[in-house]
Amino acid sequence: MIRLENLTKVFDTPEGTVVAADHINMEVPKGKICILLGPSGCGKTTTLKMINRIIRATSGKVFIDGQDTAELDTQELRRNIGYVIQQIGLFPNMTIEENITVVPKLLGWDKARYRERARELMRMIALEPDAFLKRYPKELSGGQQQRIGVARALAADPPVMLMDEPFGAIDPINRAVIQGEFLKMQQELNKTIMFVSHDIDEAIRMGDRIAIFRSGRLIQHSSPDDLLASPVDEFVESFLGEDRALKRLHLVKVRDFVSSGIGTVKPTDSMEAAQAVMQEHGYTMGIVMVNDHNQPIGMISRAMTEMTSGYCGDHFENLPAMAHLDDDLRKVVSLMFAHDQVWLPCVDDRGHLHGHITQRSITHHLGARYRLQAEHDTVAGE
Amino acid sequence: MPRFLLFLLLIGTFTAGAWAQASGTLDELLFYLPDIQYLTAQHLWLTFLSGGLAILVAIPLGILLSRSRMSSSAENIMQVLNVGTTIPTLAVLALSMSFLGIGTLPAVFGLFVATLLPIARNTYAGLKGVSPDLLEAAAGIGMSPLQQLLKVELPNALYVIFAGIRTALTINVGTVPLAFLVGAGGLGELIFTGIDLYDPLMMLAGAIPTALLAVVVDALIALVALVVVPRGINPGRA
Repeated sequence: MIRLENLTKVFDTPEGTVVAADHINMEVPKGKICILLGPSGCGKTTTLKMINRIIRATSGKVFIDGQDTAELDTQELRRNIGYVIQQIGLFPNMTIEENITVVPKLLGWDKARYRERARELMRMIALEPDAFLKRYPKELSGGQQQRIGVARALAADPPVMLMDEPFGAIDPINRAVIQGEFLKMQQELNKTIMFVSHDIDEAIRMGDRIAIFRSGRLIQHSSPDDLLASPVDEFVESFLGEDRALKRLHLVKVRDFVSSGIGTVKPTDSMEAAQAVMQEHGYTMGIVMVNDHNQPIGMISRAMTEMTSGYCGDHFENLPAMAHLDDDLRKVVSLMFAHDQVWLPCVDDRGHLHGHITQRSITHHLGARYRLQAEHDTVAGE
Repeated sequence: MPRFLLFLLLIGTFTAGAWAQASGTLDELLFYLPDIQYLTAQHLWLTFLSGGLAILVAIPLGILLSRSRMSSSAENIMQVLNVGTTIPTLAVLALSMSFLGIGTLPAVFGLFVATLLPIARNTYAGLKGVSPDLLEAAAGIGMSPLQQLLKVELPNALYVIFAGIRTALTINVGTVPLAFLVGAGGLGELIFTGIDLYDPLMMLAGAIPTALLAVVVDALIALVALVVVPRGINPGRA
């Protein structure tokens, strides 16, 4: 757990004093990722760096797991905080192994232990230990280097991590991959993480909580969904972008959203039977045809059942697309638009049909928050 | 180097050797061999003393000047050293002779002054050139200032520091002949005596070994740098 109390930084510059961080109060619960978000010069990086004293706070306190860090010696404090920076900062004079084991060595681990730890970390970041440990940073790609940067920060298994735009210098494709890997690792590691970003999409993807900064002040600190649904002021609103309702699609997985029941037909059913099932469920477009293992293999369109008779197995069309239970709604909507569909069947890892998802239900979900809020506002207004 | 240049060099060396042999010059040069041996040892001893002393003083000086609390005065101190180097070594030798008398002592002092700056300058520049990102990473993971210096700053500046030592010692070897003028011996004895006696061969007997020594010292330091500088930052060991 990280708690900041009235953390303040005032810089003296030739043009007068600048308040880089103004009485920041916030808390990151154990095992959560909190993203500090805002434009350049908003104080987010200053706030982060005051936690490990790269920047000395003018006033205020930092607590880690309940302990006031002012009582700790600077080096001791830092060795217990994982630190990842955008520029990566791997030491070019050291091999990958030496880079990763710097902190364990500083902490006085014995050789067998830190060498084993290096191999363990390499497996965790999906880089082959034998192929990489003896190489030098310059021999690695940017993405690989930043993975090593993360591994180095994790080496001594610190409970808390500070990450300063860690994936900012990586190309978008690799960034998405590394973000995904990092989230997967975090599920097991449960570190308490403060993470500076200027990328709203990254914040939504990575953050359990998002703290928005502006000119040294913390102006909103809430969950990504709350943030997107109810920004506190125009600045936050403009920072989130005009498509912020669409960004919420990122936050919902198909799994949480899929309809429970779905009507299906089998290849051996007649077209009349198919029409009856559609009637019963109120499907106006068509119906999914499944095999004996409940795996979708095609669809029967409503128009077809009205024109022809015979068996479904002879008149089906291919399914244009399917949603996966672990997809987020953004991907589903994109699939719907790409294939001109208003609904998609949803399947699990083994391809078994679980239900369907409709455009209508998605827009309803997005609208619900705003309707609730509008009602709340009217009530409050009266 | 292109192959044909190497070939020309080989031919040139052979021709020069053949000429030296045929004209009897080689024999006349070899006449000085015992002198050359003795004076070369003396020459190297002067280089070793003054160069070693310069390294011992200049590297800590460069480290000291590169510390952040020195940042306001570091450039000024560097300028003073710069001015010190613009004074010709001969003048420094003359000056030190008037304080320290004649012999090895004033020679070593003069050479020390001439050698000091390139090493201090490169140490300072090398350390200042270490990326601030590395320093932040090093501090951020909990290295003490001394650990940062030893594990991150010095290793990463080492290549530049070695370049300074190389330049300085090569200049040093080439300057040692002046030491003869304050009575410290060295190969300058053959060179200056040769000039005075208008004996080109005697002069060559001093000049050729001096030139060779400079080349050898340069190559030796390059070799040491190749081995000592970590592979990850060594352009010679990609």
